[in-house]
Amino acid sequence: MSTVVVKLGIGNTASVMFALERLNAPAILTDDPARIADAKRIILPGVGAAAHAMDLIAQKGLRDILCAFKRPLLGVCLGQQLLFDSSEEGDAEGLALLPGRVKRLPASKEAPAPHMGWSKLKIEQDNPLLEGVEDGAYAYFVHSYVCPMDSNTIASAAYGQIFAAIVNRGNAYGCQFHPERSSAVGARILANFLSLPC
Amino acid sequence: MPARRIIACLDVKGGRVVKGVRFEGHTDAGDPAELALRYRDEGADEIVIYDIAASAEGRTIDYAWLARVARVLDVPLCVAGGIRTLDQAIACLEHGADKVSINSPALERPEFITELANVAGSQCVVLGVDSRSDNGAWSIYQYTGDVNTIRRTSRHTLDWVVEAQERGAGEIVLNCMDKDGTRDGYDIAQLAAARKLLSIPLIASGGAGAARHFPEVFAGADVSGALAASIFHFNKVSIGEAKLATHAGGFEVRT
Repeated sequence: MSTVVVKLGIGNTASVMFALERLNAPAILTDDPARIADAKRIILPGVGAAAHAMDLIAQKGLRDILCAFKRPLLGVCLGQQLLFDSSEEGDAEGLALLPGRVKRLPASKEAPAPHMGWSKLKIEQDNPLLEGVEDGAYAYFVHSYVCPMDSNTIASAAYGQIFAAIVNRGNAYGCQFHPERSSAVGARILANFLSLPC
Repeated sequence: MPARRIIACLDVKGGRVVKGVRFEGHTDAGDPAELALRYRDEGADEIVIYDIAASAEGRTIDYAWLARVARVLDVPLCVAGGIRTLDQAIACLEHGADKVSINSPALERPEFITELANVAGSQCVVLGVDSRSDNGAWSIYQYTGDVNTIRRTSRHTLDWVVEAQERGAGEIVLNCMDKDGTRDGYDIAQLAAARKLLSIPLIASGGAGAARHFPEVFAGADVSGALAASIFHFNKVSIGEAKLATHAGGFEVRT
């Protein structure tokens, strides 16, 4: 069994693969349902828009596999958003591994959208994913939609409003930012994910 | 605003980093992967690799060296240069780019912005703009990578950036050619005019020559980031010094 990165379609999956390579944790990039079901851990990167990504998940026969997966699962960027019940983006139904609806981030003069750049992580609760990560550490965000804050939020970020930057419920984890492009902080979070017991 | 971004641009020609003044007379400034890592170590918030001759030579960037840089880099990477089809843009993402910057091809066929945004998401689509003042108005230039191909278009800069935003661009890099390579500061008037019309992030380009130019452009034009090339390549100002000055000017920077 190995770490599997789900290949949905177009996205910066190469960035994720390179980041895992830098951690000496080579992964398999695949959309094969059998290999995904059999993975030690799954990373679900973001691809395009929510409705389109959910369509791809359905077409590839991955929805039930992702929902039933018992070992650690990490959604990155849009991948985190897909873990929730639903998204305003294309009125998409999500994987419903976390409760709540993903909403559009309104653009304003103070906060141009998409939120593109480095923002601080505010740690909301202890979690193995945050081992060695300091409160106020910077992470690289690129997104136009935000996940709701609730008891599953383990770190938040502020941009126009406060939103869930890292979430965890059961075996499902999510990062709204791009750990693969968040320098040493991102590498640490990815390494922590790879160290989760499974 | 998130932390203001200091972005290092590597202008690449023939696989080497080059830098000229006002887009002409390029000189050698080093190896792309080595420089990208050096800038990462110095605190660059993002790296842009720009194959300056690709558009003028009718080709796209070299995916092999793109992947070579992407493999070692752990900060965002944007690529630019001759990307004119969806397949080319997707190939860039598949070789490790996080964002794709398009310029001349978007001027040839503005629908390309929308097509790319629909497939890859607006966050992947950066519009590069080369703009120069002509008779009191800012105009768009095309094929700027080569002195023999450069030409002025009939487009006005402020109209074009708004159109690009409406068509789905996720970010604009406004390169003010009158300032490029002059090292006497960013074109704050032009950038502020564009910023007023945009709700997507705007990045300043062209003219950085001293650390103080960074807080000046953040204060004067309220841009999300400032891009520079030659001052970093030739060690006139380090990225760390640019960030310190920006912070001292009252702006948040990533530390």
